[in-house]
Amino acid sequence: MLRFARRRLFFFLFTYVLSSLIIFFLLRVLPGDPAKVIAGGREAAPEQVAEIRAELGLDVPLPEQYLSWAGNFLRGDWGKTIAFRGADNRDLILERSRNSARLAFIALALSVPLSLVLGVIAGLSENKLPDVLISLLTLSVVSLPEFVTGLFLINTVALRWGRGPLASAIGWWFPASSAVPANASFGEMLPALWLPAIAATLVLLAYISRLTRAGVIEELKRDYVRTAALKGISRRSVILRHVLRNALLPTITVIAISISWLISGLVVIEFVFGFPGLGSLLIAAIERRDLPLVQSIVMVTVTVVLCANLFADAAYALLNPRIKLE
Amino acid sequence: MLPIGQRITASLQMIKALLRQPASALGTLIAAFFLFLALFGGQLAPYPNPNDQSHNARVSPTLDIGSLQFGEHPFGTDRLGRDVYSRVILGASSIFRIAGLGTLFSVLIGSALGLLMGYRGGMFDEITGRVIDALMAIPALLLALVMVGIIRNMDFDIGSWQAELSNNVVLLVIAVLYVPVVARVARSATLDIKTREFVEAAEIRGETTAYILFREILPSVIPALVVEASLRFSYAIFLVASLGFLGFGARPPSPDWGLMVNENRGGYYQLTPWALEFPALAIAILVIAVNLMSDGIRRAVQKSA
Repeated sequence: MLRFARRRLFFFLFTYVLSSLIIFFLLRVLPGDPAKVIAGGREAAPEQVAEIRAELGLDVPLPEQYLSWAGNFLRGDWGKTIAFRGADNRDLILERSRNSARLAFIALALSVPLSLVLGVIAGLSENKLPDVLISLLTLSVVSLPEFVTGLFLINTVALRWGRGPLASAIGWWFPASSAVPANASFGEMLPALWLPAIAATLVLLAYISRLTRAGVIEELKRDYVRTAALKGISRRSVILRHVLRNALLPTITVIAISISWLISGLVVIEFVFGFPGLGSLLIAAIERRDLPLVQSIVMVTVTVVLCANLFADAAYALLNPRIKLE
Repeated sequence: MLPIGQRITASLQMIKALLRQPASALGTLIAAFFLFLALFGGQLAPYPNPNDQSHNARVSPTLDIGSLQFGEHPFGTDRLGRDVYSRVILGASSIFRIAGLGTLFSVLIGSALGLLMGYRGGMFDEITGRVIDALMAIPALLLALVMVGIIRNMDFDIGSWQAELSNNVVLLVIAVLYVPVVARVARSATLDIKTREFVEAAEIRGETTAYILFREILPSVIPALVVEASLRFSYAIFLVASLGFLGFGARPPSPDWGLMVNENRGGYYQLTPWALEFPALAIAILVIAVNLMSDGIRRAVQKSA
């Protein structure tokens, strides 16, 4: 166990450092000069460019730049933003991350149970009508780009239906705009979260339910299922007590992996809804060429993704007695 | 290795199996229709110049589905007086070109890399594998946005190779994003094949690594690669549309579907809802069709395996 944990932790750190190197060099080595870009492009005065280079620490050798940047990142010193009137990068990112985390939480709370149920139903009725219907659903409606479903939710559900007779009869709790005041509490934010959360739920639904379906189908083919059936145990109890237990275990990994998928989806959803999350901050930071802010945001998401993977591996190892801990 | 005749028969059987399932047959048909639009859009569009503004602005769609009358502006005109029908038709070519070529490059490079990783093993496999892990820890869209944003903001001399690259940045990004994914698939398929006797026989004959990789192993890996390529293509379409929508794809005034959706949302949606709805519908139909097609390809390959 200890050896497994040590090995896994080593890989985690190794991958983390490698990812940070990739991000760092991507933003530094790509053709062009960021300082020149910030100073205003082709017509920038050389003195001004040199000044910005010194300010951003771009005038020292690359390995040295990387080390000082990585050290500062780990210490929590993420610098000041260029684009947002000198606010502290860390405060800005933490506030936006909290908003995104709330959105992600609701999306996961909605999509995980729903997609597990759909996946299990589809897996148990492989190639029969329910499976075909669920496959069609997950392949079509649910695989639409987030901005298409997002705009449908805004324009049709919030705006058109919000003015319809149904809404005036029962009250409508889906506002079209998801702009929320800074430092809003979870409860205050909740109305603005529903529609983007539904859009994010659809992103995850297809992904998790299809993998759950595959897990159930694979598990149903195992010898112990046949043995149990031959022993005279009812199909119902074989499925409930044996198949599902084994089939649902890998979905822990699936959910952890889907975090990366969810983060990509949230970027688009936050942009569509004008929701002040990490994704919309990233887009603003790229558009305003605020490279240090971009770097920090990407590092934060990489941290989240890798921690989720590590957590999934640990949970999987602890819950599955058969896994070889070596 | 199979003789060429048998390989053609096998491919034909796969296409038959693909068309036998109603949903995937429909998806393939629709995708083929869009491909047709992409290839011949210039001849089909009533107004071949997507930015022709010689029309009245904000004309409602004249398409009448009941009597199949197309009228002057089937999908209406946008707020600048451009024919939405022509723009939607002309937009097909860029999404197919970028997603198709991007997928093609990623499959070519990724499968060569994966074959080599799986066959060679050892330190090369280990190190490349770790780099792939590290790349894949960055959510795909974020990596795409960062790369597009930075390359496009750079200042290049017009006509230089960097400027050329900057114009095709989304294509390049798709290739870079999907090389690791394809390489992983090719690698695990190779691990399965490389212990077979015919590979050993080729090794004993003293064949070169390139010969063993591409003439002995590759043909057995191709089914897995076909499935992966079709899946990548469907994700690429999705990604091109999303980047276009976020303003990181084609630049205005291109008739890019994602960009058209973005340009006509918000307050403009109240004025000309059709200018948003038709390109959004085109994206939705194409994404669903390509998904159904790639699902059908997966099933057909699994069945024939």
